[in-house]
Amino acid sequence: MSTEDTLLYLDGVSVSFDGFRALNSLSLVIEPGEMRAIIGPNGAGKTTMMDVITGKTRPDTGTILFEGRTDLTSLREPAIANLGIGRKFQRPTVFEMHTVWDNLELSLKAPRRPLKTLTYSATREDRARIEEILDITRLSPRRDRPAGSLSHGEKQWLEIGMLLAQDPKLLLVDEPVAGMTDAETEQTAHLLKDIAGKHSVIVVEHDMVFVRELGVKVTVLHEGSVLAEGSLDTVSANKQVIDVYLGR
Amino acid sequence: MLTRFFLMGLDKKAGVLLTVLAVLAVAVPVMALGTAPDSPWHLSTHTVALLGKYLCFALLALSLDLVWGFVGILSLGHAAFFTLGGYAMGMYLMRQIGSRGVYGNADLPDFMVFLNWTELPWYWHGFDQFWFAAIMVMLVPGLLAFAFGWFAFRSRVTGVYLSIITQAMTFALMLAFFRNDMGLGGNNGLTDFKEILGFDIQAASTRVGLFVATVVALAAGYILASAVVASKLGKVLIAVRDAESRVRFLGYETDRYKLFAWTLSACMAGVAGALYVPQVGIINPSEFSPASSIEAVIWVAVGGRGTLAGPVLGAVLVNFGKSYFTAALPELWLFALGGLFVLVTLFLPKGILGLAAQLRDRLPARATVTAKPADQKGV
Repeated sequence: MSTEDTLLYLDGVSVSFDGFRALNSLSLVIEPGEMRAIIGPNGAGKTTMMDVITGKTRPDTGTILFEGRTDLTSLREPAIANLGIGRKFQRPTVFEMHTVWDNLELSLKAPRRPLKTLTYSATREDRARIEEILDITRLSPRRDRPAGSLSHGEKQWLEIGMLLAQDPKLLLVDEPVAGMTDAETEQTAHLLKDIAGKHSVIVVEHDMVFVRELGVKVTVLHEGSVLAEGSLDTVSANKQVIDVYLGR
Repeated sequence: MLTRFFLMGLDKKAGVLLTVLAVLAVAVPVMALGTAPDSPWHLSTHTVALLGKYLCFALLALSLDLVWGFVGILSLGHAAFFTLGGYAMGMYLMRQIGSRGVYGNADLPDFMVFLNWTELPWYWHGFDQFWFAAIMVMLVPGLLAFAFGWFAFRSRVTGVYLSIITQAMTFALMLAFFRNDMGLGGNNGLTDFKEILGFDIQAASTRVGLFVATVVALAAGYILASAVVASKLGKVLIAVRDAESRVRFLGYETDRYKLFAWTLSACMAGVAGALYVPQVGIINPSEFSPASSIEAVIWVAVGGRGTLAGPVLGAVLVNFGKSYFTAALPELWLFALGGLFVLVTLFLPKGILGLAAQLRDRLPARATVTAKPADQKGV
């Protein structure tokens, strides 16, 4: 497969913080429409990987291409977001003072320039889309509540809803089920599976039950580079992976 | 379309405030000009100017609330924009003196004659025209704010560091304006004004006219600020205040949003300063002093940050208190101001308006998690 057919292409990406190599020549390829789970112990570089893709951190070396042509390493966060890369943080980050509805309206795909937002008023399609996302995320009854009053799980869903509203080509989802009950975890897995197909998704997760639920290709990170890749069963059987996860 | 934009921000609070302003705009002229000087209803020229001064400060507080309350930029240098607007107006008023100055020089203001200058510096040209001065009143503070904000926001200077450099900015301006070489009157500033737009600046009718102009400017500023805050842009601003990096990941260039609010706020502060100068009759570099900016922060905190109406109320109340104290117990004023700030910070984190909202919420015993001051209704 050539570089042009990929959605996201990382090659030899390295990042160091004060001598600590957070990413060590990381290479990774995501195809259009693919859902990928990324697992790995703490400090494996999962969050740093998200940071370099979304422009929060500049890599020291390496190539990051989006859709085979756009070099992400020279762009700032908003520019990368507008190319079609959305991100959900590990700790749910919603605008607590705004209502659920406003959180979605702010995320909705629309012109992002100040003068456009100054004169913006929601069109019928915009409202219909927000309603639709409220249904998908089961937040309809909460629409007029400030996001700060939602439960932890609801905030996670709202953030996923905000990603949907952005309608990105690629979603980066960092530990979506951390702190969730089993029932919530299951619902979240359904939600993400609904999203996949139309969008490409990278999910970073510790929870193996959840990863199994997703049933997608898994990449194991360790010390800033890829240790193994394949189905969950394949990587689980990998001796190196067992060593890293279970300790020597 | 435009009407709808300006109306969308108006809520009950705005209705009350605008009504009060409308009443003032009618009652003050009637009481100042339509009553006999010995009538108990009579307002002296001095009182009219004092009220006008309070409302200028209210407009400054409103502009500060736009950036502090809604974008989270705690400016400790907002008086700089106010003073620059004041100087622009002062320069116009100086040019109106003409040959009526002490030295009778029709081409140069007195202080330049005193310094043995022979021609008008280039930056004084145009200020003999009111329209030119009126543009400069907003343009000069606006440009300074734009340039300052451009570098500060792009470099992602935030929080207390940003506050400190705003303070440094106003301090630097104060030192610069104290110099006689600056050509703006040095530490004496600009004063001895004679007329504005052909009207005698000391006349009661002119003072009333200036008061009404201030009321109109405050009302217009309030309507504009409410509309901006209620728009989607305003929601982005609040989002920037609460979680800026999240806003970036949604694709908004947060620097530009901050720059927009910051520059708009500086222009509003400039207008406030321009209306202030003819009513107090002088503008000098001490207005740039850090204390002026900090006082403005206190007005906003007392009234209720992020409420727009609160800072207007706070500015009027605190300055009323200041007028009272500085006359009755002058040595106690600074203690009273300091004490007020401590009390408000400790017990009224949302100011007077926030307290009012809390009391209202407590009556029906509603268990809302966030009793937020700026209630942004959705659709």
